[in-house]
Amino acid sequence: MALFKTKQAVKYEKKHLLGIQDLSIPEIVHILNESQSFVELNRKENKKLGLLKGKTQINLFFESSTRTLSSFELAGKRLGADVMNMNVSNSAIKKGETLIDTAMTLNAMHPDILVIRHGDSGAANLLSRKVNCSVINAGDGWREHPTQALLDAMTIKMKIGKIEGLKIAICGDIMHSRVARSNIYLLTMMGAEVRVIAPSTLMPKEIGQFGVKVFTNMEDGLKDVDIIMMLRMQLERMDGSYIPSTREYYEFFALDYKKIKHAKENALIMHPGPMNRGIEIDASLADDINRSIIVQQVEMGVAVRMACLKILMENQS
Amino acid sequence: MKSAIINARIIDTKNNIDETGGILINENGLVEAVGKDVTKDNVGDIKVTDCQNKIAIPGIIDGRVFVGEPGFEYKENYSTLSQAAISGGVTSVVTMPNTDPVVDNVSTFDFIKRRARDKSLIKIHSLASLTKNTEGHEICEFGLLKLSGAIGFTDGVKSIQNNNVMDKIFNYAKNQNALVIQFPQDNELSKNGVINEGLIATKLGLKGIPDYAEHLVIERDLRLLNQYKSKYHIALLSSGKSIQIINEWKKKELQFTCGVSINQISLNENDIGEFKTFLKLSPPLRKEQDRLDLIDGIKNELIDIIVSDHKPEDEESKRLTFQTCATGSSGIETFLSLALEQFHNGNLDLKTIIKCITENPAKIFGMKAGSLEKGMPADITVFDLNKPWVVKRENLKSKSKNTAIEGKKLQGKVEKTYLNGKLVFEI
Repeated sequence: MALFKTKQAVKYEKKHLLGIQDLSIPEIVHILNESQSFVELNRKENKKLGLLKGKTQINLFFESSTRTLSSFELAGKRLGADVMNMNVSNSAIKKGETLIDTAMTLNAMHPDILVIRHGDSGAANLLSRKVNCSVINAGDGWREHPTQALLDAMTIKMKIGKIEGLKIAICGDIMHSRVARSNIYLLTMMGAEVRVIAPSTLMPKEIGQFGVKVFTNMEDGLKDVDIIMMLRMQLERMDGSYIPSTREYYEFFALDYKKIKHAKENALIMHPGPMNRGIEIDASLADDINRSIIVQQVEMGVAVRMACLKILMENQS
Repeated sequence: MKSAIINARIIDTKNNIDETGGILINENGLVEAVGKDVTKDNVGDIKVTDCQNKIAIPGIIDGRVFVGEPGFEYKENYSTLSQAAISGGVTSVVTMPNTDPVVDNVSTFDFIKRRARDKSLIKIHSLASLTKNTEGHEICEFGLLKLSGAIGFTDGVKSIQNNNVMDKIFNYAKNQNALVIQFPQDNELSKNGVINEGLIATKLGLKGIPDYAEHLVIERDLRLLNQYKSKYHIALLSSGKSIQIINEWKKKELQFTCGVSINQISLNENDIGEFKTFLKLSPPLRKEQDRLDLIDGIKNELIDIIVSDHKPEDEESKRLTFQTCATGSSGIETFLSLALEQFHNGNLDLKTIIKCITENPAKIFGMKAGSLEKGMPADITVFDLNKPWVVKRENLKSKSKNTAIEGKKLQGKVEKTYLNGKLVFEI
């Protein structure tokens, strides 16, 4: 049975996947429904399909990444594509080549799909206007990380069976987080009550206009929530520029057994990874199999990315 | 040889002229007579140009222009700037010292003076920097630079941060009767910022610059100015609240002047759309309410001049992500037409606009320009108030094509530009 009723689904027909902002609810439903079959496939012994046979996928990563990069690599390979990873942190870009030059060089090699991660917001949008192939945004600056939000929605739907009506708290560095933004767009669209919890120095002043409830302390923000989504805290923001210290942050904003008591009894914990244990989350809580669905997120990641690759490839033909 | 233009609607705000008539130009390129009495029958047997009821105003003065000489000649040089300027009806410009090297000493100043003399068609009035290499620490030689011809001092795209340095600048500038021009923006609050702080910045995932980064510097400067009463001009305003601050100090009869970029009164942050790098400006475009407040500021004479903030940037500097691309837009050619938009949409009357680009800048910068009385150089801009046209990059004469208003439909176009009585541009 499909994850969502198929009559709610409309196929996503654009060439690129740059952000959740560009998606409609029926399109999200369609992507998640497509992902479901890949979840099943990935659990089988033979995980290989030939849907993308003969296609070339280039993963162009300007920021270091382990899980997103390997997730996209595996997704492409399981669909039969030829996958090339380009780690740009040690290539021509450092010698002064611009993003567009790199894009034009790669474009000349006729890839079918480019997966890009870049530290500047809008980098994927810029690239998509300059190349002939499809572009998937694997994270641009603080702006969007659409496949992360899709895989988070998939994880919630698989685990709880619904998204609508759930109370979901996103906690941590909201200001600098593309994961937070993409999730806010997606989860509010799907009818969840989204809350954001952060010290006010890490909270965009206008975030309330995104349709979320804003909290600056964990106790109030976590009250009665079904899901707690923790964000990775960048250590360089803890040097007194945004918050005074790791110790103070841990005391007031990290998720531990004491604070989680404010949430619903069976509330689940998510984290986009990689985690800073002992900084934004208590180490044993992160491993609590009754609570943490972090591993499932990783599993859903591959399936969702396979669905995205498949859909964009179909749109090309 | 004498000449005349006739049948023009002459608007000279300084001399309170708004009448149909002509301008008689003597053999030295100076205005000899102006007004309704200058007609074909009265001027005798000389060369006469019939303006067919188009508007003639004093040649436009653009109070904030970047030229690439020295160091960035590939972006704009004096010769390309001149061509761009005259096609926009601009006959005098105030140039910024942010070159490479910075114009912070007499020998560099003399160099640009020579280049301007040899290569420029239009009148170049250069500013020198307030501090050495615009680093905000050591004060430049205001006195010697003034003797060389510097009309004022500014760090241009930078703002003086150190309170003590600013205090000394005001103090010493008073001593030398030098004009201090500040670009008001707090460095730390605006660090890495590329856009107005607010909803759009959050949506685009970009670091914002809060409007109070501007208020803080203005407040501090005006407090210091109140001690010394030096000559002070705020280069660019972007925030509506700045107008309130200025109003409060003007009520206390503190003397100073302010400018605004044509971009800030024509566009707002929404125009940036999906990362349009040509609209990355400094100060950033702000909210619609700020834009309207700035227009009110002009109306209420709290803002004295409108500038193009012409900042030519080559393609390569703009073909980058929004975060990393250069700021600024090329705008001297579209300056008047874009300003006229505020007339056509009923926001400003024609005389106010003209005053802000002729009479007022001439007064602030101490130029022999901006009016048409007898004895003034016959720098004249003739334009069709209503002619519609569309901005196209490829038609721009500036070396850099980074216009913020590509494809915009404008109404009103320069038809003729005269410099010292000589026709230098005709459509």
